[in-house]
Amino acid sequence: MQEKVAQAPASASGKGPMLLALRGVGKIFSNGVTALSDVDLTIREGDFLSLLGPSGCGKSTALRLIAGLATPTSGLLDWRGSSSFDRSNIGFVFQEPTLLPWADVFDNVWLPLRLKGVSRAKAAPVVMEMLARVHLTGFENAVPRELSGGMKMRVSIARAMVTKPRVLLMDEPFAALDEITRFKLNNDLLELWQDERFTVVFVTHSVFESVFLSNRVVVMAARPGRVFREIAIDAPYPRNEAFRTSPDYAALCRQASDVLIGAINSTAGPHHDGH
Amino acid sequence: MTAIEEHALTLDPEEARRVRQERLERIGRWLLPLAIMILAIWLWDRICVWNDIPKYILPRPGVVLQTLFDDAGLLFSSLLVTLKITFLSLLLAVIGGVGLAVLFAQSKWVEMSFFPFAIVLQVTPIVAIFPLINIYVDNQTTKLLLCAWIVAFFPILSNTTLGLNSVDRNLRDMFKLNGATRWQQLRYLRLPAAMPYFLGGLKIAGGLSLIGAVVAEFVAGAQGQSSGLASRIIEAGYRLNAPRLFAALILISFTGILIFLVLSLISHLILRRWHESALKQER
Repeated sequence: MQEKVAQAPASASGKGPMLLALRGVGKIFSNGVTALSDVDLTIREGDFLSLLGPSGCGKSTALRLIAGLATPTSGLLDWRGSSSFDRSNIGFVFQEPTLLPWADVFDNVWLPLRLKGVSRAKAAPVVMEMLARVHLTGFENAVPRELSGGMKMRVSIARAMVTKPRVLLMDEPFAALDEITRFKLNNDLLELWQDERFTVVFVTHSVFESVFLSNRVVVMAARPGRVFREIAIDAPYPRNEAFRTSPDYAALCRQASDVLIGAINSTAGPHHDGH
Repeated sequence: MTAIEEHALTLDPEEARRVRQERLERIGRWLLPLAIMILAIWLWDRICVWNDIPKYILPRPGVVLQTLFDDAGLLFSSLLVTLKITFLSLLLAVIGGVGLAVLFAQSKWVEMSFFPFAIVLQVTPIVAIFPLINIYVDNQTTKLLLCAWIVAFFPILSNTTLGLNSVDRNLRDMFKLNGATRWQQLRYLRLPAAMPYFLGGLKIAGGLSLIGAVVAEFVAGAQGQSSGLASRIIEAGYRLNAPRLFAALILISFTGILIFLVLSLISHLILRRWHESALKQER
């Protein structure tokens, strides 16, 4: 992959205008579990925001609330003064690739456009361009089972991005991949993000991944799921392999890791029965 | 990938043994049943000769084969009648089964309300229902069709319903996020997802529709109203024409096997690119 040396670094700390604010958002499931409690969170345009936390901290629930796949029990989502947001402005990448197994790569990426009534011929240039962006040119006629895990995830990202959404929501998309593949997909995702300047909300349980990718890491704690602390990752973009092995990166990881441990211990409370 | 494996020149003993084993299995799969079949036919022939069994009790295989040729005109025209009922009822079973399954898929309430009726229809022996059908329906073909349909539609209905309801939850969310209409979700997600289940049901229904057709003909044929293979069998039974009885029986068996093979082939062709059941095991 070519380094993009000439490119101007994106704003590191996300100074863009506000896109969405979660105000006192809580979610209680019918089984009585409090998934989220009193979450305040502001997402700015152009942010790469990671939700980092142990399992059960409600980070996936938060993502589903933002996507409109679930509604909050209390509080509200403020999309710049409106309580709702045009769904076509949201792209979602699930933990599994979630592809149609009977459809080839082209048809899978075409699907969101097809559902909006765009014909195959009209969609073709957009789909092919998107496939090129995720480095899958030449695979448009392959069916998912013929692809590796990383390639399937690339298809999934292409499908989420084919409608040019302004917000990309990602729910632990690379958790099931091996490290080499994950690093590569991290790099490619950052490249895509810098080119297109969309907003990303990225759920992960990996400190290293969240620090490498984001300009903001929001650490969450469990039982009840809540925001524990936010860390600004003030390292310039573009970030590449050199950044991954730099002392700066290591220091930021240590900082995030300490906060995460604090979050985990706060869950354990006086009983010290955490992890 | 496979090309490299095939061109590998030196195989260790374990791999070589496995390749040999696979080759043997591939041949054996066809050869063994064939050999057993030939042996069984030979034994049948010998038993007839050794025990001097008269041909109106147990005809020799050669005599059955001769009858098959001699009575070909009669038997095959009857087979055609039976086949017509079989395929028409299978077609109606597909339309009815899939149609009802799609209806059930629209709402859990509809499914909960009507599925028990389908089960009642399925578990009641068709032979017991036929006298009723005989009273209410005049047309002979309609009678037979209705019978065969009742027997054949259930596996398609139940399998397709299961398939339509077995869609991955994330995929459903994905369609919802993209603002898919109910119809789009059915067309692009639920129907393709139900395809392997439907084809499984179709394979069962294919055999059942033949059974349904023959059973219906039997019941109807007892009243001398049918011209299908079953009535040939009844007729031959009355006349102690065992060779023709056997010939008709063989014809029905072969038809059943053929239907199964054709439906299996169709299923394989549709699923071969993506579904686990149609994939060759790689190790």
